[in-house]
Amino acid sequence: MPKRYLYIWFQYLATNRLAKMRPELRGKPFLLYAPEHGRMVIRAASQSLTKEGISPGMVVADVRAILPSVEVLPDENVADEKLLKDLAEWCLRYSPVVATDSPDGLILDISGCPHLWGGELPYIQSITARFRKGGYDVRAAIAETIGAAWAVAHYGKNGMIIESGRQAEVLFPLPPTALRLESSTLQRMEKLGFRQIGQFIGIPHLNLRRRFGEAMLIRLKQALGTMHEPLQPVQPAPIYLERLPCLEPIRTATGIEIALRRLLESLCERFSREGKGMRTGIFKGYRIDGETVQISIGTNRASRNATRLFKLFELKIPEIEPALGIELFTLEATLVEEVSETQEALWSTANRDQAAISELVDNISGKLGVQAIHRYLPLEHHWPESSVKEISSLEEQPETEWRTDCPHPIHLLPEPVPIEVMVVLPDYPPMHFRYKNEVIRIVRADGPERIEQEWWLQSGPPRDYYRVEDESGARYWLFRLGLYGDRKPQWFLHGFFV
Amino acid sequence: MSELTGKKEIIRQLKEKILSMEGFGTGPDSRLHDFGLGPMNAAFPGGAFPVGAIHEFISPTEACAAAANGFLTGLLSTLMKKGGVCLWISVRRKLFAPALKFFGVEPHRVIFIDVKREKEALWVMEQGLKCNSLAAVVAELRDISFAESRRLQLAVETSKVTGFLHRQCLGTENTLACVSRWKIRPVASRTDGFPGVGFPCLEVELVKIRNGRPGIWQFEWKNGTFRVVPERTRTVVKPPIPQKQQHYA
Repeated sequence: MPKRYLYIWFQYLATNRLAKMRPELRGKPFLLYAPEHGRMVIRAASQSLTKEGISPGMVVADVRAILPSVEVLPDENVADEKLLKDLAEWCLRYSPVVATDSPDGLILDISGCPHLWGGELPYIQSITARFRKGGYDVRAAIAETIGAAWAVAHYGKNGMIIESGRQAEVLFPLPPTALRLESSTLQRMEKLGFRQIGQFIGIPHLNLRRRFGEAMLIRLKQALGTMHEPLQPVQPAPIYLERLPCLEPIRTATGIEIALRRLLESLCERFSREGKGMRTGIFKGYRIDGETVQISIGTNRASRNATRLFKLFELKIPEIEPALGIELFTLEATLVEEVSETQEALWSTANRDQAAISELVDNISGKLGVQAIHRYLPLEHHWPESSVKEISSLEEQPETEWRTDCPHPIHLLPEPVPIEVMVVLPDYPPMHFRYKNEVIRIVRADGPERIEQEWWLQSGPPRDYYRVEDESGARYWLFRLGLYGDRKPQWFLHGFFV
Repeated sequence: MSELTGKKEIIRQLKEKILSMEGFGTGPDSRLHDFGLGPMNAAFPGGAFPVGAIHEFISPTEACAAAANGFLTGLLSTLMKKGGVCLWISVRRKLFAPALKFFGVEPHRVIFIDVKREKEALWVMEQGLKCNSLAAVVAELRDISFAESRRLQLAVETSKVTGFLHRQCLGTENTLACVSRWKIRPVASRTDGFPGVGFPCLEVELVKIRNGRPGIWQFEWKNGTFRVVPERTRTVVKPPIPQKQQHYA
């Protein structure tokens, strides 16, 4: 059975998106730009501007000279790609195989689908009408090959249906651009006077290859249907959602717990079938007065242990206000990750220990928030404040060894405290210093250990660190910021040694 | 003669039974750890540092707090030798993670929990002490009541996790249900005539120890272990307190 493809071209995708977001722009001339080599280059122009002859690639300043009233907005390329992907997922209602064609098209493999809509004509009309109603200007075409559908959608009549095996005829009057060729090939064709595909479609392939290269031939063959063109269909993310309707509205905590337990059991069963686990979950209750109440949890490691997840939810159940009663419960896992059965032993402890610890940490983060939990890994910096890196994962291991060559104080003050000192000679440790209105006499000292600023990160004077001991035996970490000479350097207390 | 040794054996067994009933972890596992405290072991019940219990450290000044953290990190290094993770809870943490390495603890094996209120710190500590997968739990806080400390002690008795309560700069030293009370002070390091600062030197005062003998020792942290400083140890083990005055708080 021959394949059938539908190509949908979103002619004004970026401007349509913006007009949907900001209805006041609808119908007005406006354009989107992005900086390129120091110039503001147009990325997309609204429909009315395109009719004036303004096209992407022009410079904003030129357009302003032609049309001073035009509205100019910055472009977000990322939003368009995401929108295209969302549109592709929406199109899954028309065909199970939908692929995005960056930057502004969708390819649908519709083989065996249109008869459900009563034929290809009602099918294509239904799709274009739905898009137009949603505020998108689309041009669509159905053909046996993706290349032909693309060509007709861009350069042919809108909504055209090309019967099987007749793509060559339809391509005849179209310009060579309709074959999706590279700009250098197109320029060469322009020079040679090829204005229509029909002019060169009959030339032997050997000659075409010599002049225009293999890529052009591939495109031609793909459009004619003698060569297969692969598709990369979108894979919609599966939704992990369980629902539990209740005959009678639930008003008690016990009832909510039972509902939650049931939902968790069925969801965890699905997780264990698919080898997945929950990272974040939302438990919702739909009340009979129309309100929704919800609680959410997060875990440090993906989990599919129903009792453990229940414990995390249990802490928050008192937050649910049932009011007149809850008639429907849903449980959705919003973030799902793979769980490997045999996770490697971390921290050289048994797996069971590790699971217990991550459970404990989840409990703590559930009550106090994730920001309360810290772990540190070494960073290769001498500057004390930047010598550690904070990480949130419990499993990350250090890439480099912890440094042992120079002593670190066990207590480091969050901010170095300025102190008054008495120094005999430059580059000597102080005789005594004043900290918290107390004069501390120094008996022994080590140093200086000079730590320079890392010039590729920050600039400033170096620090000269001294490890000093006072009469009572207390050991401190002092430093002098800067050198004696041009200005009087400042002394700081930065930490306490054991 | 054999009758006498038999009696001694019975007495020793009974003593161990009493200790275990009092919530001491003096089982075979407590003897597994060698903390390198040397002559200090005589002060502990059963001649070994009590693991699976809660120890209280009191530090009146910032310098003492640093010294106490250093000392208990030294103890942690022994507890974590066989692997495992430690929980370090604090309200206003000053501890600098890379320094733990100097005392033999891998800093990435410590999970730091920074809380805002003392109540939260106690809640986390209780949860941590109930989890027997942890090697130890350290909490730095200011105030704790007797009732709260008993909750912690009960948690420890089932899970056998060692807990350290480090109380800093507090006014009153109220009685707690902890097994011991320590005061650590930094003392001048020994340099043997060389210039500069020597190895860290600490005065360890065991103020209270249940079923043990309090005393004062001086230790030096050298080559990854504690070394007692014999010539500076001013007070040796105090004579045992008469049985009647002994209190179990």
